[in-house]
Amino acid sequence: MVSKISEAVIRIAGNSQDGIQAIGGFLARLAGRSEQEVMTFMTIPSTISGGPSIFQVRIGSGEVLSAGDEADMLLAFYDHSYTAHLGSLRKGGIVVYDSDHLKPEAIPAENLSKYRHVGVPISSLTIEAIGGTGRDKGKNVYALGLLARMFDLNVPKLHRLLQERFTGKDPKIAETALNAFNAGYNYTLATAPELFQFKPGENVGQAQVVMSGNEALAYGLIAAGVRFGAGYPITPWSDIMELLRRELPKYGGQFQQCEDEIASVSMAIGASWGGRVAVTGSSGPGISLKTEAIGWAVMAEMPLVVVDVQRGGPSTGMPTNIEQSDLNIAVYGGHGDSPRVVIAPSSVEDCFYSAIEAVNIARKYSTPVILLTDQGIATRIEAFKEPDLQKVVQDISPDYSAVTEHKPYDLSAPDGVTRHIAPGTRVASGKYPVVTGLEHDELGHPTGSPKLHVQMTAKRRNKLKKLATELPAPVVYGAPEGQVLLVSWGSAQGPVQEAVKAARAAGKAVSSLHIKYISPLPNDLEKIFEAFTHVFVVELNDEGVNGIGQFGGLLRVRYADKKIRGITKCDGLTWKVREILDRVAALTA
Amino acid sequence: MSEMAFPFAVLPRGANTNATPVAPLTDADRKPLMKKDVSADHPTWCPGCGDFSVLALYFKLIEKRRMFHEKITTVAGIGCSSRFPYFVQAHGAHFIHGRALPFASGVALSRPDLHVFVFGGDGDAFSIGGNHFTHTARKNVKLTYVVMDNNVYGLTKNQTSPTSPLGYKSKTDVWGAKDRPVNPIKQAICAGATFVARSSSTNPNHVLAMMEQAMDHDGFSFVQILSECVEFYPGAFDNANPRKGGAFAEVPKEHDVTDEYASYRLAEDLTPGKFGVIYKVNRPTKNANEAQIIADHQAKTAGLEPWQILKKNFDRMK
Ligand SMILES: Cc1ncc(C[n+]2csc(CCOP(=O)(O)OP(=O)(O)O)c2C)c(N)n1
Ligand code: SF4
Ligand SMILES: [Mg+2]
Repeated sequence: MVSKISEAVIRIAGNSQDGIQAIGGFLARLAGRSEQEVMTFMTIPSTISGGPSIFQVRIGSGEVLSAGDEADMLLAFYDHSYTAHLGSLRKGGIVVYDSDHLKPEAIPAENLSKYRHVGVPISSLTIEAIGGTGRDKGKNVYALGLLARMFDLNVPKLHRLLQERFTGKDPKIAETALNAFNAGYNYTLATAPELFQFKPGENVGQAQVVMSGNEALAYGLIAAGVRFGAGYPITPWSDIMELLRRELPKYGGQFQQCEDEIASVSMAIGASWGGRVAVTGSSGPGISLKTEAIGWAVMAEMPLVVVDVQRGGPSTGMPTNIEQSDLNIAVYGGHGDSPRVVIAPSSVEDCFYSAIEAVNIARKYSTPVILLTDQGIATRIEAFKEPDLQKVVQDISPDYSAVTEHKPYDLSAPDGVTRHIAPGTRVASGKYPVVTGLEHDELGHPTGSPKLHVQMTAKRRNKLKKLATELPAPVVYGAPEGQVLLVSWGSAQGPVQEAVKAARAAGKAVSSLHIKYISPLPNDLEKIFEAFTHVFVVELNDEGVNGIGQFGGLLRVRYADKKIRGITKCDGLTWKVREILDRVAALTA
Repeated sequence: MSEMAFPFAVLPRGANTNATPVAPLTDADRKPLMKKDVSADHPTWCPGCGDFSVLALYFKLIEKRRMFHEKITTVAGIGCSSRFPYFVQAHGAHFIHGRALPFASGVALSRPDLHVFVFGGDGDAFSIGGNHFTHTARKNVKLTYVVMDNNVYGLTKNQTSPTSPLGYKSKTDVWGAKDRPVNPIKQAICAGATFVARSSSTNPNHVLAMMEQAMDHDGFSFVQILSECVEFYPGAFDNANPRKGGAFAEVPKEHDVTDEYASYRLAEDLTPGKFGVIYKVNRPTKNANEAQIIADHQAKTAGLEPWQILKKNFDRMK
């Protein structure tokens, strides 16, 4: 029997050395090439070697907003993967398991009635297919073949993907991979209860690219014209620095791995002063280390982009889990009054464009901009419309041509914004500026003047208030008035919008508002809030001692509105649509 | 999901958005800068502070080497000595405590057309900035680091510094310091600095000579200049000052500056020790290594616009 479906959630569970991420990657890439939307979800153990690992991919012919609450199919390589992940499968879902590891007789009867089971001796059949080395390496590709058969995936495209992936290496390897795949594909799925076929996608004819959020963000920085970066390794930020280290030299740029996060933020700031906005970034504890230097960039008004790929905290916390608990440090981190810009991308595609925006805002407002992503977006893979690179890629190379005179911290600048000239720029008046972390006069020389401190503090604040007036107003998803407004930021956008769809389908007056610009906030949000009885801020962090999450707290302070409450959690996992709906129900009961 | 709203237009390329154009000047049209042209704020140092002399000799170096304003790049951290950039009429950056070296490295690596001078104190360099000192030396970033070592924390008013000698009575060691001081020279050589020299602010010609050689060195050049804090540690370096009954002993002519172990031996005792270039070798700079990496990569992307290079990557991600 072949069923036509419009989407499927497939969870693959095994150990990390099984190449699970690779199968997920193939499926994602295939979906991208097949004009299907894809969003993936993966976890990797913080111990890196060995241990359980999963990859969940949701492929759909329509709009895919989240990784899916429940899996339609579970592919389990081991006993432990079966036990740990069966609960994620929807009732009646299919579990394909490796019967070399999980004996059919060991499966409890109640499971057999609840889920449809397909046992395949994946390990031994893989060994048989690719030669008797006794090693089951390649069983991921075998399993991909099985999936290709079950979901009627495009085999020529998968062959091409396998070939692309394994070319350059020993030609035998590509051949072995194809053998493993074909063996899986040709396995007679006698016991398969159902075969599937995706309905045609909606994005027909549109070129899509498939990548992770970290990749999209790094490429966005390159497109924006960033040519210098500095960092120190930490999960999940490291991918970005590794990619920039590899890619920037092609563009005449460089990325430096430093001795620590303090050195890296300092180096990036130095390069920014050198004339071209630079990037640094980190995760978790590394962000804490950068705060003093970010404060300098606020005081000296130096353009800078700081990427914070959030993970579970505090301290070393939960390095490979998702959390949105760095909002406070991003917005307020550091001593003194130090306003800065904070932007939170909501999807992989948004990572690409937000990086460009961050660079442009940093330059236009001479300010550090923090790009607040998270472990979820960073590591998941999505397909999105290929950007028009010729249009988007920009030239921001510096200009060192001489000026007559220059006061960087000019209090009467027409737009109220500081502009720096880079070293190497001649000033005909012979009066040169200093950039500094001390309170300063218009040329950057230190001052203890109370009046100047007041004026300069206002200057640093007002430019961001000006930015607020230029920010695009966020648009309500769902009806512009009703009972409940769910406010999301960052990667919560997808699951929150899905929750809105589900609630509205059930006749509830629920809408959502996604806020991308965290600081400064766009103006007039209060007008949007007015039209709802409840405003719930959905975020992945703890309610804290004040009983409201971090963004919720910020909005409460700004709008002094008691109807703003929090829907928070910190279990290190992305939102399930169900969880959001249950919390809304509880709060409105 | 569709292409994102994209509200921010690109700023014009240059940073000099509020400036009117200026006619170019050829070097031949320009006169060497004299002290009056390059001095800015009047130094806030206590009268008699050794740092005055280092500043005066930086001015001399600028004059002697016909450096022009726009290329003079002075960076510092925090401390009395680190106020240096305010006193120089040129591009300057006064960064945070201990982090002047990575900041300066960011400038030096992204702007090969500039030679960056970094000035700072002993606390800035060897305590809070110790890690950066090691790694900047190891990577051989091309810049000059002048540490004005007064063996004390001056700005914060007399606490023990990492170079304070045993027994030094400070506000944090009223009974006399008991922690072994660092030996900045041995530390620099060990870390991989390729130019290591010593001088004392009481010997102007020598300071100038060391700064000049440091500037000409292709790599990380480090100069320790003993610079008395008359306020908190008066007389600290009298033993290096012939006018105060001490001796300014220069590095012996026969010393082989490329011999690492001979250099360590020469730096064994720094009270007051020998003055001059202690160690100097040539090793590829970070700047040159990075330039090579860039050249190799660009050879492969020659003739392509940045968007075309990026497009190649995106094509592989379909
Ligand atoms: C992070 C931080 N910690 C502490 C200080 C306070 N502080 C300023 S200067 C200084 C020590 C300066 O000593 P040194 O570097 O030897 O310079 P000197 O004043 O002696 O020239 C300290 C501890 C600071 N500015 N920043
Ligand atoms: S306190 Fe010492 S180091 Fe600071 S200016 Fe005065 S004499 Fe110089
Ligand atoms: Mg000192």
